[in-house]
Amino acid sequence: MRRLLVLIGVLLAAHVALLFVQPRGAVAEDDSAAVDVGIVFDVGGRGDKSFNDGAYKGADSAEAVLGADIRFIEPGEGSDREAGLRLLAAQGMDLVIGVGFIFTDDLTDLAVEYPAVKFAGVDYAVTLDAQGNVVQPPSNLAALKFREEEGSFLVGAIAVLAGGSKRVGFVGGMDIPLIHKFEAGFRAGVRHVCADCTVIAQYAGVTPEAFRNPGKGKELALSQYQSGVNVIFHASGSTGLGVFEAARQTGKFAIGVDADQYSEAPGHIMTSMVKGVDAVTFDAIRRAREGTFQGGIYSYGLKEGGVGYIYDDNNRALIPPEVIDRVEQIKAEIIAGRIQVPSTR
Amino acid sequence: MTEIAAFIAQTIRIAIPYLFAASGGVVAERAGVVSLTLEGFMLTGAFAATLGSFYSGSPWIGVLCGIGGGLLFGLIHAVASIRYRADQIVTGIAINLLAVGLTRFFLLMAFDSSSNSPRVPGFGITGDAASLTGALLRNPLVWLGLMAIPAVAWLVHYTPFGLRVRAVGEHPAAAETLGVPVKRVRYLAVALSGILAGLGGVYLALDQHQFTDSMTAGRGFIALAAIIFGRWEPVRAGLACLLFAAAETLQIQLQGMQGIPSQFVQMIPYVLTIVAVGGFVARSTPPAALGKTED
Repeated sequence: MRRLLVLIGVLLAAHVALLFVQPRGAVAEDDSAAVDVGIVFDVGGRGDKSFNDGAYKGADSAEAVLGADIRFIEPGEGSDREAGLRLLAAQGMDLVIGVGFIFTDDLTDLAVEYPAVKFAGVDYAVTLDAQGNVVQPPSNLAALKFREEEGSFLVGAIAVLAGGSKRVGFVGGMDIPLIHKFEAGFRAGVRHVCADCTVIAQYAGVTPEAFRNPGKGKELALSQYQSGVNVIFHASGSTGLGVFEAARQTGKFAIGVDADQYSEAPGHIMTSMVKGVDAVTFDAIRRAREGTFQGGIYSYGLKEGGVGYIYDDNNRALIPPEVIDRVEQIKAEIIAGRIQVPSTR
Repeated sequence: MTEIAAFIAQTIRIAIPYLFAASGGVVAERAGVVSLTLEGFMLTGAFAATLGSFYSGSPWIGVLCGIGGGLLFGLIHAVASIRYRADQIVTGIAINLLAVGLTRFFLLMAFDSSSNSPRVPGFGITGDAASLTGALLRNPLVWLGLMAIPAVAWLVHYTPFGLRVRAVGEHPAAAETLGVPVKRVRYLAVALSGILAGLGGVYLALDQHQFTDSMTAGRGFIALAAIIFGRWEPVRAGLACLLFAAAETLQIQLQGMQGIPSQFVQMIPYVLTIVAVGGFVARSTPPAALGKTED
C-alpha cells in the first residue's frame, strides 16, 4: 500500500511539474502575422461526427484560408477542461475557444484572469441575474449561441407534413434548459402546421450520462413508435443513435441533430437540424485575425445561417417537394420576424 | 393486453444487461471480491463484441470476443485484488476508468471516431412495430440472460464449487485450513463475473448494432445495487433486476403522459434504488470477508 502511495505521489509531482513546461520551440518559430488559436474540445473530442468535428472543420479551414496557427486540446474527464483552457491562455494565444456549454463557467473565470487574451465559447450558456437581466460576459469573451429553436421549428413542421401521423415524438438527452430550446421550437413548429397534433416529449435522464445512453434512447423511441408516432426528433447526443436503431427496427423515421446524421441510418433519417458550428468557429477566428473581435453575445439563427435543416440527394425521396415549399415559406416568415419562435417550454 | 405485453417486453429488454451483470457480480461478491467493476467489464465486453462482430461479420464471433473482453478485465481485476491484495474499491474504480479510456482509444484507432463504431451484425430482426415481441424472443442473448440467474443460483447453492465460493467469502481462513484453494476459487469467481458481465455488454452492443462511447451508462452500478438489494442471493438479485427494469419501463411510459411532472417521473428508479440499497426492505448482511484483502 505504501509503495502505491509513493508511486502516486511521484506521478502527481511529475504531472504538476509538466504543467509548468513551456513549449519553447513552438514560441520561437512564431510568425507574428498569423493569429494563434487554441481550441479545447468537449468530451468525445475529434471524431464525434457532431459538435467537435464541426469546430475542427471550421478551424481547419481557418488554418487554410486565414493562415491561422491552431492548437487543439482534447480533455479527458471533468477537471482537465479548465486546465486545457488555462494552458492555452497562459501560452499567450490570441484566441482561445471552448467548444460546448460545459465550458461556460471556466471561460468566464479565465477571461477575467487573462484580460489580454480573447476567448470564445461555442454554446456558451448566458446566465440571468436576480432581476432576470442577461449577465453580459467579460468584454474579451464572445458567447457564440445558436437559436436552435428556429431550426427545431422547421423540422417540427417537416415531421408533421411528411410523417403522416398526428403524433410526433421528441427525445431529449439531459433534462436542461439548453435541450428544452429544441423541444420548445419543435413543439411550436408542429403546432404551427397542425393545431391538433400531439408531441410526445421524453428525456433520457437528468445527468450528463443521458447524452451517452443509446440503450435508453432506443427504449424511449420504441415506446413512442408503438404509440403511433412515425417521426422522432432527437437532441440527445449519442443517445440518439439508439433512436435511429429503433427507427430501423420498426421501419419508421427519425430526425438528426447538430450535424447531418443521414449516414447513421440511411433511409430512416428524414432530415437533420444542423448547427453551423464550423461557420461560427471560422467567423470567430476571422474576426480575431482582422482585429475586429469583440466580446459580447452573438446569436446565430436562420437569418445568419447558424441553424438549418438538411435537404439533399439523400433524403429527397423522404420529403415531398410541396412540404419543402411550405417549410421554406415558414423559414422566410421566421427570418422576417412574422413568426415568433419560443425558446422555453 | 397489447399494452401489458409491450410493458413486459420492454422490462425484459431493459433487464437483460442487469441480469447478466448481477449474476456475475453475485458470484464474485460471494467469494469475497467487491464487484464495483461490473461497469468496466460490461463496457469492454460491449466493445470487444463490436470488434469481433465487425471484423468477422458474425454476431456469434462477437459474443465470443465479448466474453473474452470481459474475461480479460476480470483477470486484471483478479490479479490486482487477489494476487497483489490491492484495495478492491480502488482497483474497481481504476478498472472502470481504464475501460472507458481504453475502449475510447481503440474506438478511435479502429474506426476513426471517438463517438461510435459503424454498424455491426447483431441478432436483431427488423420489421414493423407489432413484431417487437417476436424480435425479442428470437434473440438468443435474451434467453441466455434469463437463464443466467437460475444457472448461477444452482452453481452457488448446489455445486461443490459454489460451496467453496461461499466458504472463501465468509471465512477464508477456515476454508484454507480445510484445504480449499482460496485464491484459485476467487480467481475463478472473478473470471466468471467478468464473462457474465461482459455478456451484458455484448447484449447492449449487438442490440444497438454498434458500440458507442461509454454506452453502459451506469448499468453495472444498477446491477451492483440489485445484488445488494437481493442480499447477495442470486434469485433475489435477479428479481431486483427485474424490479429496477420495471421501474425504468414505468418511467418511460409515464413520461409520455401529460400532467405528471417529468422530474418526478425521472426520480422513480433512483428513489427505488435508495430505498432498496438503504436496507428499508430488510437488513442485508454482506459476505463476511467481502473486500477484505488480508488473509
